[in-house]
Parts: sequence; structure tokens; C-alpha cells
Amino acid sequence: MPRTASRSPHLISGRRYPPAVAVLAGALLLSIAVAISVGTVHVPVGQVLDVLLTNLTGGGREPDPLTQQIVWDFRTPRVLLAALAGAGLSLAGVCLQALVRNPLADPYVFGVSAGASLGAVLAMTTGVTAVAGLGVTGAAFAGSLLSLLVVFALAQHSGRLLGSSLILAGVAIAYLGNAVTGYLQLQANPSELRAVMFWLLGSVAGASWPDLAIPAVAAAVCTVVLLTRARPMNALATGDDTAAGLGVGVQRLRVLLLVASSLLTAVIVSVAGGIGFVGLVVPHAVRLLVGPDHRKVIPVSLLLGAVFLVLVDLLTRTLDRPNEIPIGIVTALLGAPFFLALLRGRKRVLR
Amino acid sequence: MRVDIHGLTVRIEDRALLGDVSLTAEPGTVTGLIGPNGSGKSTLLRCVYRALRPTGGRVLIDDDEVWKLSSRVAGRRTAVVTQDHDLDNGFSVAEIVAMGRLPHKRFLERDSASDHDTVRACLARVGMEWAAGRVFAGLSGGERQRVLLARALTQRTPVLLLDEPTNHLDIGSQLELLELVRALDLTVVVAIHDLGHAVAYCDRLVLLHEGRLRAAGTPEEVLTPATVAEVFGVRSAIVPHPLTGRPHLVTAPAG
Repeated sequence: MPRTASRSPHLISGRRYPPAVAVLAGALLLSIAVAISVGTVHVPVGQVLDVLLTNLTGGGREPDPLTQQIVWDFRTPRVLLAALAGAGLSLAGVCLQALVRNPLADPYVFGVSAGASLGAVLAMTTGVTAVAGLGVTGAAFAGSLLSLLVVFALAQHSGRLLGSSLILAGVAIAYLGNAVTGYLQLQANPSELRAVMFWLLGSVAGASWPDLAIPAVAAAVCTVVLLTRARPMNALATGDDTAAGLGVGVQRLRVLLLVASSLLTAVIVSVAGGIGFVGLVVPHAVRLLVGPDHRKVIPVSLLLGAVFLVLVDLLTRTLDRPNEIPIGIVTALLGAPFFLALLRGRKRVLR
Repeated sequence: MRVDIHGLTVRIEDRALLGDVSLTAEPGTVTGLIGPNGSGKSTLLRCVYRALRPTGGRVLIDDDEVWKLSSRVAGRRTAVVTQDHDLDNGFSVAEIVAMGRLPHKRFLERDSASDHDTVRACLARVGMEWAAGRVFAGLSGGERQRVLLARALTQRTPVLLLDEPTNHLDIGSQLELLELVRALDLTVVVAIHDLGHAVAYCDRLVLLHEGRLRAAGTPEEVLTPATVAEVFGVRSAIVPHPLTGRPHLVTAPAG
């Protein structure tokens, strides 16, 4: 038996953890700068920094109006929305995987995305006045909240929410929502259909500054709250009864995790569409790197999720220029093989 | 600290899992909960460690009702080794054991040197220091139970609850674990399946049958041949153990 009293089985632990976080944070800043610089019109990174400095501090060299418009009005909000969506969906995935202790749990497992899609597609195709008044984003948010409420109502059993019932109810509601969405698509005219498809597969293309406010606030609040609950989340990941015995208020924590992950997902889906696989894959990848301790999993998931989606968005704009590929297609193309590799490696990882 | 249970009742959808059970566990003693499968042993323990809210009755620890304490304070009074531990996560042994410090920590408070010392000392107590850097799920069943006991000890609580801690262990690991538990100077309440172990390792026994208290007292008082025959349907006798001289229960099929 090797006597490894202070060793850790995780890839990145102990003294290697702080530098790893610093590297990831640096990678995020770098990828944001590069993503803003690359596009149909190339803007050198130096000029990007000038524009950002001018707009943030009022100082720096005054950029020409066209560069100002490309960098500040179009690309920066888009790239920041990609970063926010990646961070937020990853955090939502962390919450849900701790909550239902199911490795397949992702932010859409409770039908959030199906509800949001239905709302958005209704607004885009039918122009039903009540729905149209909300706009696509508003309708998507209303749809996701509605589907969440239905799922929770179906899954609650004398005041307790059961993980397995939640998943079953979520799957059922998702099928229902997707069926109606599919029907609406068949009725849509070709130009609407393209917009619908793009929305369903996720896109940050149309992002503007006002789109960022609500997801940013939601992500910030959830991050702070969840970081204070990181230890109880660790306990919960080892079992409800075990957590109760360790002095965790299990029911309250479960409700907190549900509310946090659902709101995060709803807020992001309503501005960026159904970006799949990020919330499922990023938390798994992070646990492989730093281990399952949520005090590390939460911050690293935020950073890695943000970097991942910024880079994926960059790919969607550059792979097939001048066309754009929906972001959800690229996340799935990259995410699925990774996830399968993960599944095959799982037994080994647990040893 | 004393554990006092008064008239504990748990009903789930008209089915009584526990009906009006009362018992007292004294500091420095091991109280064994015995009874056939489904007699309410785990249900009773779950009410004490706040995994299940009873529908009636009271659980007092040191004269405070546990369901009126905050969950954190309750976690500083009782620690538990449960049966439900999820293995599908990559926690290391050291991380699992360090979770025992949870009820002693504030929001965002980091692990201190003394937390690490406590973890190390408790792992040493159960003879598992060597495994600190291992992945918990990769240990054998007996090793895992010892690690979970170390975690419970890390909570530094006066009351320790164990839910069938010897299930699925080989006989050597069973006896090792029970010896460890008996040597602790805590208020121990243990749900235990094996009547022989119950007699050998518990100071007092509480016999549950179909959710009701059937008998309570010393092993000899509770496990009379008549009671064992009635509840478990087997013949039995308590005899001195040929090797240790301690009381020992032997059984034989009915008839």
C-alpha cells in the first residue's frame, strides 16, 4: 500500500490550483480580445483595446466611427453574451448535477428550453398579439418559466421535490413543447423558418448591450449565493441523508439549487436560444480537472464555460465565412465526442 | 449528551412506519436498535438526524428538541454513518472525511490547520490514514465504512448514530468496526441486524416490531427465548462465548 497521506487524486489540486485559475482567467481575457478582433472586418487587437479603453474610461485614442461601431456596438456585446451564456449554463449544470446526482442532468432537463422555444417560436411565427407584445425574448422567458412551474407542480409530492420525478416530468414537458414547436415550424413560411431554426439551435449573433444586463445580474447573484453553499453542495452530492446528518438543511438547499439553476437557464435561453451541451459537458470536464469539490468546481466551471463558448462562437463565425453556423451545432459537434470519451473513461476516473 | 425520544410517530400516507416509540440513550453507552426488516430502525434514526420529519412525538438531545435547532447546530450534536452513501463522485478520502467539519464552518470559511489535524487524527483512529489521498469509491466496503466512521468522528459530536454499519462487510471488518464503536466514549445508537453482534456489543437493546416498541433493556432482558421466537420466529439462547466469555446469542430454526 503506498503511503500517500497528503496526496490528492485530482489532476489539479493544492498548490497547483491558484495558478490554474489565473491561467484560465488570462485565457478568458485573451479569447475575448481575439474574438472581438476577428470577423468579416479584421480589427487588430491593439485597436480593440483602444476602443474598449475609450468606452470604459473615456481616455485613450479616439477610434474612427466605423471601428467604434463594429467593436463596441456589435462584437463586444456578442462576445460578452457568449461568455455569460457559457458561464451561466455551466453553473446551472453544476447545480443540477449536484441536485439530482445524475451525471446526465443538464440545464434543459426540466423542459426549460422546450418551453422557451415554444414561446419564442410562437412570437416569431404566429404573431399572436399577447405573445408578440412580449417580443421573442420576453415570450421565451415566459415560456421557460411556465414550463418550469408545470414541471415542479407535477413533480412535487406532499411538499417534497423528488429528483427522479423532476426528470420524468421535465422530459414529458419537453416532448410536449417540442411537438407544438415542430407543428408551428411546419406552418411557418420559409423566411420565418430560417429564423426559427437559428433561434432553436442557439445564437448570440444579434446581441446588443441591453441584452446583457439581466443574464449578467442573474449570473453574478447566483455565483455569490452558490459559493456560500459550496460545502453543503459537496455533502448533498454524497446523498440526501448523509447531507442531513452533516447539518445541512437538505430541503432548503434543494429548493435553492432548483431556483438558481432554473432562473439562470431561463434568462440565458431567452436571449441566446437553446445552446446545448455546455451545461452538461463543462461541469464534467471541470470535475475531471479539479475534483468534485464545489468550492473549486463553481469558479472553474464559470471560467471554462465562458472560454469555451467564446471560442465556439468564434468558430461559428469563421468556419463557413461569410455564413454563420448556429452555435448549438458547434457545441454539440465538439461536446458529444468529448462526452462519449468521458463515459468510456469514467470507470477509470473513479478508481 | 442524552438522547430522549418520546412518543415518536411517523406516518406516510396512512401507513404507520413508527407508532409511539419512546426510548432513552445514556452518555457513554451503546444502544442497539434491533428488529426484523421494516420494523422501523432506520426510520427512527432518520428522525434523529433530521433526514425525516416525524409526524408526532419529540426527539430531545440534551433536553433540546432536534427539530427546533438550526440544521448546523443539530450537525454539531449528532453525527451519522448512513447506508445511503452515493459513490458516483470522485471525492478523495480526505475530502470525504473533511466534510465532517461542515457544521463547524461559517459561509466561505476555509479549512484551517486544525481541521486538517482533526481529519488526520480521526483517520488514524480508524486505521485509515494511509488512504487519505485515495478516491473513496475505490476502497473496499469495510474500508469505506471505516472512512465514514472517521467522518462522523470529525464532526466532534457527543452523539453518534449508525445505520446497520456492518452490512455487506466481511466478518473481520464487522468485528473491527464494532470494537472501534464500542471503544468510543459517546452516546451511541446503532441499528443492527445481527442479534449476536447486538448482544455482544450493546449495553442496552431496543426491540422494534412493525413500527412499535416491543421490548427495551439489557440484552438478556430483551432477547428472552420467548420474545425472539415471537418476533423472529427462531429458537435462541444466550450463553457465555467459548472464546471471550462475553454473553453470546445462539439461534436454531423453530420447531
